[in-house]
Amino acid sequence: MDVLQAGQGKLIGWHDPDEHRAWVAEHKSRALNDKRTTLEAAVEAYVPDGALVACGGFGHIRVSMAAIYEIIRQRKQDLTLCGKTAVHDSDVLIGAGCANRIEVAYAFGHELRGLSPASRRAAETGRCEVVAEISNAGYQWRFSAAAMGLPFIPTRVMLGTDTLKHSSARVVEDPFTGKPITLLPACYPDVVLMHVHRCDKHGNAQIDGITIEDFELARAARRLIMTTEELIDNEMIRQAPQDTIIPYYLVDAVIEVPYGAHPTLMPGKYYFDEQHIGEWLRLSKTDEGVAEYMDRYVYGVDGFSAYLDLIGGEDQLEYLRQVEHLEAPLKAPWLEEKRK
Amino acid sequence: MTRDYNPTQLLAYVAAGLLEDSSSVFVGTGLPMIASMLAQRTHAPNLLIIFEAGGIGPQVPVLPISVGDSRTFYRAVSASSMHDVMSASQSGYVDYGFLGAAQIDAYGNLNTTVIGEWERPTVRFPGSGGANDVGSLCWHTIIVMRQDPRRFVETLDFLTTPGYLDGPGARERAGLPAGTGPYRVITQLGLFDFEETTKRMRLLATHPGVSVADVQAATGFELLIPAEVQITEPPSRQVLDVMREIDPTGMVISK
Repeated sequence: MDVLQAGQGKLIGWHDPDEHRAWVAEHKSRALNDKRTTLEAAVEAYVPDGALVACGGFGHIRVSMAAIYEIIRQRKQDLTLCGKTAVHDSDVLIGAGCANRIEVAYAFGHELRGLSPASRRAAETGRCEVVAEISNAGYQWRFSAAAMGLPFIPTRVMLGTDTLKHSSARVVEDPFTGKPITLLPACYPDVVLMHVHRCDKHGNAQIDGITIEDFELARAARRLIMTTEELIDNEMIRQAPQDTIIPYYLVDAVIEVPYGAHPTLMPGKYYFDEQHIGEWLRLSKTDEGVAEYMDRYVYGVDGFSAYLDLIGGEDQLEYLRQVEHLEAPLKAPWLEEKRK
Repeated sequence: MTRDYNPTQLLAYVAAGLLEDSSSVFVGTGLPMIASMLAQRTHAPNLLIIFEAGGIGPQVPVLPISVGDSRTFYRAVSASSMHDVMSASQSGYVDYGFLGAAQIDAYGNLNTTVIGEWERPTVRFPGSGGANDVGSLCWHTIIVMRQDPRRFVETLDFLTTPGYLDGPGARERAGLPAGTGPYRVITQLGLFDFEETTKRMRLLATHPGVSVADVQAATGFELLIPAEVQITEPPSRQVLDVMREIDPTGMVISK
């Protein structure tokens, strides 16, 4: 099959499917083990310097911030990020100096809140290298290919654009239609951080609401660190097996962290903490501000519950629950600034 | 001249008017959300709204901040996944897609990636996000953006999302789904479409108080100007009330 066009972006996270199968056979246990551990131990074990990291959720939705803070606390270095609608996760990891490479579907922005000062500064000064471009569906389908154990997946996106030119995709003539088609290489992140509504001690997990791309991402991950709002009994999983989005054999570590997605949104439980995100957006305008934020909320706190006290404790968490359920009005400092 | 609406409200109103009842629309953050919610609450109660993170057919209660916000699957018919909604787009189920951009050219190609060289950009924007997917896969793309000569350019710094590429037949030659492409462009100055034979942008209507010369002056490429140019109808007080209900904090419509 002739390659009509080859993207010039760097290929990251790809493995020959046979190599991946052999890796899975050796490293992923099928035993129904108790995988409960601490954030500290999980990050130490599964997030080596230089790893390719992807986060579950989307933008500011259901992101395992507890795991991200632990990565920053352990001062991990030279991480490469899957910028799959990477918003707050990538902004703080790049801002903290943990990540210096990213493949971008969407990054450097906070949607309606505006662009990300910290990671954008890093991209514009060369502190963070953009290794390749891709689209959101493109990234999602890279994970689909990996989840299916395939070397690539054909799609009809990115054709004719600079996005393709700077991606790691290739265009070939489809042998069935004779038309050009994009082949997206599989992407197997070294480690995926994911926050779910509930799971058992083995890692069988349920997610409420949209699953975004977590079904595929969990299956593409080599290592999967799962934080959960709630730990449930295996019997509850077995009573409703149709609700299991992620089965245990994909999961390497389970950590119960209530509110572990704060300040991002946890569907049905708590809304975005716009006051906290606003503080980050304000402080991250300068490198000094980034350092101040990290000192206050990451290095300076002893564990996640101490962090929750710092952001306003139970009162603030109750308020976020009310906003999520449309019972309280939204407070957002960036919004007040916009209105001026 | 004073008016009781601002440019954003006018844009949202014009955009909403393009969406027919019982059609499907892929909606991005911000103004597209206002337009779709407005359409759903006025002339298109059965508008099928689709969000890229997996929200399908919601009755959005209040403006979401993000396309993955819980509001995007509030009273929805399905809380699904990106794979599902992108596959639906690729299979031809999505009539309209809404996009914004930092730059656009005469063929409706869009840049949301960089200003300057890609390797060392002067300004780094978020990248494609779902824009390339929407611009590749939806039947009709509607582009909503500010118009000035730095944004309406002869040559893009980076072609993130395909419009008609370099003219008629180019999308199909590139392998993009047949019969798709940019449909309308809405700016603070007017409404545009793409002329059939050349696939170049053409002025359809100017907003009240805007002259054809104003539009030309704000365009960095040769714009097709037909003999007759319409004037858009401004939003009524009733429509403005609905918009304030949708966005009570003025997150999008305040400017």
